[in-house]
Amino acid sequence: MPVLSILFALFVMGIFLTVFFMEPGRGIRFALSRTLEAYGEMLSWPFGNLYGFYETLNKMIPLAFVGLGLCIAYRMRIWNIGGEGQLYMGAFAATWGALFLFNDLQSPLLMACLVISMGAVFGAIWGLIPAVMKAFAKTDEIVVTLMLNYVAIFWVDYLVYGRWRDPAGFGFPLTAEYPAAARLPRIFDGNVQIGLVFVVVLAVFLEYVYRRTSWGQKSALIGDNIQAAIYAGVNIKLFTILALLASGAIAGAGGAVQMMGAQHRLQPGFSPGYGYTAIIIAWLGKLNPIGVVVVAILFGGLLVGNEQLQMFYRVPIALVYVFQGLVLFSLLGGEAISRYRIRFHKRGDE
Amino acid sequence: MSDIVPFVVFTLQAAVRAGTPLLFAVLGDILTERSGVMNLGIEGLMLVGAISGFVASYSTGNLFLAIVVAMLAGAALGLVHAFFTISLRVNQIVSGLAITMLGTGISGLWGKGYVGVVAQRFTPMRIPLLSDIPYIGTIFFNHSLLVYISYICVPLLWLFVYKTKYGMTLRAVGEAPEAADSRGINVFAVRYFYTVLGCSITAIGGAYLSLAYNSMWIENMTAGRGWIAIALVLFATWDPVKALFGAYLFGGVTALGFRLQAIGADIPTDFLRMLPYLLTVVVLIFTSTEKLRLRVGAPATLGIPYSREEKT
Repeated sequence: MPVLSILFALFVMGIFLTVFFMEPGRGIRFALSRTLEAYGEMLSWPFGNLYGFYETLNKMIPLAFVGLGLCIAYRMRIWNIGGEGQLYMGAFAATWGALFLFNDLQSPLLMACLVISMGAVFGAIWGLIPAVMKAFAKTDEIVVTLMLNYVAIFWVDYLVYGRWRDPAGFGFPLTAEYPAAARLPRIFDGNVQIGLVFVVVLAVFLEYVYRRTSWGQKSALIGDNIQAAIYAGVNIKLFTILALLASGAIAGAGGAVQMMGAQHRLQPGFSPGYGYTAIIIAWLGKLNPIGVVVVAILFGGLLVGNEQLQMFYRVPIALVYVFQGLVLFSLLGGEAISRYRIRFHKRGDE
Repeated sequence: MSDIVPFVVFTLQAAVRAGTPLLFAVLGDILTERSGVMNLGIEGLMLVGAISGFVASYSTGNLFLAIVVAMLAGAALGLVHAFFTISLRVNQIVSGLAITMLGTGISGLWGKGYVGVVAQRFTPMRIPLLSDIPYIGTIFFNHSLLVYISYICVPLLWLFVYKTKYGMTLRAVGEAPEAADSRGINVFAVRYFYTVLGCSITAIGGAYLSLAYNSMWIENMTAGRGWIAIALVLFATWDPVKALFGAYLFGGVTALGFRLQAIGADIPTDFLRMLPYLLTVVVLIFTSTEKLRLRVGAPATLGIPYSREEKT
């Protein structure tokens, strides 16, 4: 079913692409062949070529980090939409640590621990605000996390356009580059950042937590039936706060890892909406850690493929959003339809 | 002191201007959410409304048609949201986000050829007599037609929601769909209708941006207004009249930011841009007390799909 859904999305997207490639004076055959050619490029590079697949894995890392964090909250039906802001706060804190607080540190290991912890702490703070509001004032967490996204993005903008702008950066809105000690090692001959290992370890750990620990059981109970959880004596307030805290911390750590492993400097808009795409990934992965990683690889590949289209076929970035929306809707639709198991029967023979 | 009065009057006038797109979005979303359907697609709907209205105005020169086209485009996306959330019972948050993605993408793609183009637009028209009232006239009665339409929409919607049979049905479907169903109300049809209607009203908010506020098409021109609208619905406790105050308050914050910049206040721009979002969080702390919730709570089944088979 998922394969069919993605094929359907590709088909609809093909219509958009064909319209996009239409040129006056050339027939529809030309546009169609361009579309097929573009599809070949879009799919073969991220999934069929080793170096393309490395790119896919790199793109997948921030998506998976945020997605795994979101699962913790979503399993309790706590709707954290603030992955983007938590990611930004993590990246901000990492940069603060790497460039200003610990910049004299020589040990890469100590540096990595400190900087990633800072990212996690600030991501966690960004999760704590809506958590406390929800636990004690019953404020809607969707809206608060959403608003905090913008606060975090503008905060990073303020720093990179102003106080933290690299004096040697030719006026571009960038911070200085991280010192060598604050860069994470790379694996696969330096093609993939080590965050991949963190993601896999984290996913396995979370899978264990959900299957084997009482935390996992209780969070599932809260998600399934909050009344039953209350009767069973689960401390809902505590769990709400811990869930959003953990959710934010993981996303924040993801921001820090993305900075230390890939970008090495803070810049505005470093995330093309990873935090929002991660919401979709968490949902499509059915809130299972391993599932989230698998879906994140798929979406990472789509992002890489779309970059190919932008580069070689001058397809605008807007088409990427259209495509993501289409993939999402067809996957959701496919899932819902298979849940229904539509059967046809004659009137009256119920 | 003589400077302060014109400053305040102009800021308030700008508050109404900046608040109007929010007001349309909030009014539309109130209808949708009252029926029990949550919609996080406002941002995308407004963008689609903005571009479709602008294109229609550009190619026909007819502003009435432009608004109709914007509403139809909003309704089309609303229909998608309705189909997925009501018929397929997909998670409403996820579907709403997908609508935003789709709307952002479609508007960006469609709008490629319309950047920097000039189209027929709404111009301010003074209302005779009313606009002569000192201060009030300048603040409220020297705007474009869409602003006046939004004035009329507020009491109409209030009456509709609270005082008519249809409004009663709408609220019943949002609060207790099983009860409504047992009274012979078609819950699915009602939810479909108000989701589509709400989305088309929301789209007018976008069209206001491209046809009156900015008077041009800019990619991503809503700049987060859709998300603020979602917060405002909560803030207004699903009441059209309170939505008016909320929208102008937030319009005022935006306008004040621009004004302060214009007179050269030394505050970083990014902090001014943060202001409406921070304000939302602060306001929510104070408005979401338990007492208030008991009195004017959210539609009880907001976010929960209705199914006749399953009992929850």
